Amino acid sequence: MSEVIVVTSGKGGVGKTTTTANIGTGLAKLGKKVVMIDTDTGLRNLDVVLGLENRIVYNLVDVIEGNCRVKQALITDKRCPKLYLLPTAQTRDKSAVTPEQMIKLLDDLKNDPEEFDYIILDCPAGIEQGFQNAIAGADRALVVTTPEVSAIRDADRIVGLLDAHGLKDHEDLIVNRIRMDMVNRGDMMSIEDVNDILQLNVIGAVPDDENIVVATNKGQPLVGDGTMAGQAYMNICHRIIGEEVPFLDLNGKGGFFKKLSSLFKGEKK
Amino acid sequence: MSLLDLFKKKGSGDVAKDRLKLLLVSDRANCSPEVMEMIKNDIIKVISKYMVIDAEGLDIQITSTESDSNNGSVPALFANIPIKDIRNSDK
Repeated sequence: MSEVIVVTSGKGGVGKTTTTANIGTGLAKLGKKVVMIDTDTGLRNLDVVLGLENRIVYNLVDVIEGNCRVKQALITDKRCPKLYLLPTAQTRDKSAVTPEQMIKLLDDLKNDPEEFDYIILDCPAGIEQGFQNAIAGADRALVVTTPEVSAIRDADRIVGLLDAHGLKDHEDLIVNRIRMDMVNRGDMMSIEDVNDILQLNVIGAVPDDENIVVATNKGQPLVGDGTMAGQAYMNICHRIIGEEVPFLDLNGKGGFFKKLSSLFKGEKK
Repeated sequence: MSLLDLFKKKGSGDVAKDRLKLLLVSDRANCSPEVMEMIKNDIIKVISKYMVIDAEGLDIQITSTESDSNNGSVPALFANIPIKDIRNSDK
């Protein structure tokens, strides 16, 4: 039976689509069969972040309206054979889909003979219809936030709505775009601060890494490569499938002398 | 707060954390400004039965307060009600 995970945040621009692309790809790299669904109808972007924008024939709204079978709309990623994308329509709006239709579609995918392990939904910003559609059939939520007041306030609101939807205790937090230089000089909230405020299990922390921009430029998710963000995303994937992985030291570079000096000081990482 | 803290400049990260903690308490309480206004008017009505208060200067807000149980802090309704005259009631 597949697990349906919604990636949501309330606020726009905190990294939902990037997170979805990297976690979907990461889980597939770990051998899981994954379908990613873009639910941001009218403002789709998951396709372009994954570099699959030229492969779209049918979309989510076509499936919902019965213009094609779900299998026809699924795009396979040639670089990653266990990964599938169901893009949404660009020329329609959120009202083209209802929560009931989403639940029906997810049931069909769950019962598909292909036996997908994970169905990951990229949720649009906001708390309106698009959000309601995305959370309707979810078993679990990943709430993405950044260490900023606006993103954290919106994340708290989203958690309230997810709780009311029956997802309490099935929510995990991803703290994105952390800049340790700013945290260290006291000008950015730390992961601990964010956890203290939101009281939600932190499943991962991702540094503000310029490689993310490079990866998006190319349309190649960086999960699992040598970059800090790539490692952080891969760690999140391991935790999603239930493995325990220690948190990455985001203080970065981790050069020889730094490691040596922290060894002498007996610093706890 | 220790004496040392007084001299240490507070980073903007701590400012953000403190602001958020207060903000989320009132967000979570789901109190619209209209509801707050109704609570305020009811408080004025009740207290006015016993003493003369400065209705203009009355200030109420939802904050959090330290508590021994429940993880340290619980939401609290804070009211600052200036009294103009403690009359012994005219009953």
